[in-house]
Amino acid sequence: MARVLMKGNEAIAEAAIRAGCDAYFGYPITPQTELLEYMSKRMPELGRVFVQGESEVACINMVLGAAAAGKRAMTSSSSPGISLKQEGISYLAGTQLPAVIVNIMRGGPGLGNVQPSQSDYFQATKGGGHGDYFPIVLAPSTVQEAIDLTILAFELADKYSNPAMILGDGSIGQIMEPVELPEVETKPPPKPWALTGCKDREKNVIRSLYLLAGPLEERNLILQKKYREIEANEQRHVGFMLEGAEIIIVAYGTTGRVAQTGITKARAKGIPVGLFRPITLYPYPKDALSSLIDQTKAFLVMEMSAGQMMEDVELVVQGRVPVEFEGWMGGRVPTPAEVLDKIEEVAEKHGQ
Amino acid sequence: MPEGKVVFSRPEALEYVSTHYCPGCTHGIVHRLIAEVIDELGVREKTIGIAPVGCAVLAYHYFNLDMAEAAHGRAPAVATGIKRVRPETVVFTYQGDGDLAAIGTAEIVHAANRAENITTVFINNAVFGMTGGQMAPTTLPGQVTTSTPTGRDVKLAGYPLKVAELIAETTGAAYVVRRTVTQPKYVRNCRKAIKTAFLTQLAGLGFSIVEILSTCPTNWGMDPMEALKWLEDDMISYYPLGDYKVIDEVKALK
Repeated sequence: MARVLMKGNEAIAEAAIRAGCDAYFGYPITPQTELLEYMSKRMPELGRVFVQGESEVACINMVLGAAAAGKRAMTSSSSPGISLKQEGISYLAGTQLPAVIVNIMRGGPGLGNVQPSQSDYFQATKGGGHGDYFPIVLAPSTVQEAIDLTILAFELADKYSNPAMILGDGSIGQIMEPVELPEVETKPPPKPWALTGCKDREKNVIRSLYLLAGPLEERNLILQKKYREIEANEQRHVGFMLEGAEIIIVAYGTTGRVAQTGITKARAKGIPVGLFRPITLYPYPKDALSSLIDQTKAFLVMEMSAGQMMEDVELVVQGRVPVEFEGWMGGRVPTPAEVLDKIEEVAEKHGQ
Repeated sequence: MPEGKVVFSRPEALEYVSTHYCPGCTHGIVHRLIAEVIDELGVREKTIGIAPVGCAVLAYHYFNLDMAEAAHGRAPAVATGIKRVRPETVVFTYQGDGDLAAIGTAEIVHAANRAENITTVFINNAVFGMTGGQMAPTTLPGQVTTSTPTGRDVKLAGYPLKVAELIAETTGAAYVVRRTVTQPKYVRNCRKAIKTAFLTQLAGLGFSIVEILSTCPTNWGMDPMEALKWLEDDMISYYPLGDYKVIDEVKALK
């Protein structure tokens, strides 16, 4: 397979096309705009649907319409725009519609800035909109991973009839790297519930309204059963130098990638440190993380946020070993030297 | 024995159920007109309707065809998504004035301006019905509602929004009219307009909307007859019935 040099945003767009995305609806916002631009050129060439909507709110509801009609649909944005999409994501979850949402995170809160950030973790993994629901959340740390996870997002969305989100950061969106673009054999499952016109069948209705408490609770129980299934089947992570690691850094996306360099430097100095890098942020890879507790003297969570994923790590660890934290905010990306400093500090503190 | 001939029946596009609409509310008439038109055009099996948030939220129980329920105001965006991926279907939204003229103003204006090939049936009854009669953007100056207890003061609450006039200004709109259903003659005119709106879509001519002045006796605090009279006496003067935009290609459809 030939390697090509691609920007993260464009690579995600091309991956979505290869994954059989039938319709894309988007709105410009830095640092994800190249994704929209790429789609505006390629989708019409392929006879597929591209619409630049009037707002993020409109775009996510267009996605809902296309998904309700049984097609693979996607939208992308960056943090402030994703906040606007939360209404639609809640409706997608409530109506059990598959769709893919890309968030190339930037600094917040408010308008923040356009630098890389990971401060939308809570919003992405804990629901984000109203109601009890979870989108599936996938976190790439390289452009190649962004491609592979975009393809996976379409598969998982269809498999579970649930929204799936690519949670990247501004660095993943903007960086250019050599990648391999796989040929994808897309086989969306049959969608007998889709709105196609009721020829030769009973009418289909897509809704999330259940006026009585009983039926709505029943609906919620169906959703919760699905989430337990997702949690049982879809936890994913990548380990790096975990063998013999007594200090384990937990970091995802760009931070995970930077941490890897810091870890290599620390290992060269004889510090037994490794990396646990979650790929799925929902479902959180609890089982694998939990299995590392016995070998670990301390976990060190690193994020480009004030400490959001840290809460999930603490939930898994439940106080059995210390959980340390280092975060960068406002669009600041850590350097390997900063990671190394923190590793040395934690190693000293916890008896290595 | 002479052979029977059916001259009148319930439309196939309407479910055989009772509705939750209040006595004297005109939603029921409009539902029936839409269903009759869908039957007459023979498009029930390729039609997809979008229900709003508001009194008509349960419209998916009443229309016997594929239906989606949209978030408040977002029906034109949902309809856009459906129609773009399934251009062979007939897609209509059914929206009230809270839904379309307040929270969904952006979606309706831009769907119209993109010339989305969809049809909107817009119920203007000058109040938020479902939530109990609060001021809508369409509430008349001086009109008492539960959120304008001393009457709508335009200095504080702004002016009633004239939707048909607004949408007619968009280049993408093909057919924009205002009707009502308070008398048989108006009902017949309204039915014609709904049919023309669907024909506009079937001919691929772009966005079509029928605004329908409707009654809400419960929230207006009137009996059904008083409500019909108030609509004719007070609403029509602010919201004149008529054709606001009919492009030549639609005129040629007859």
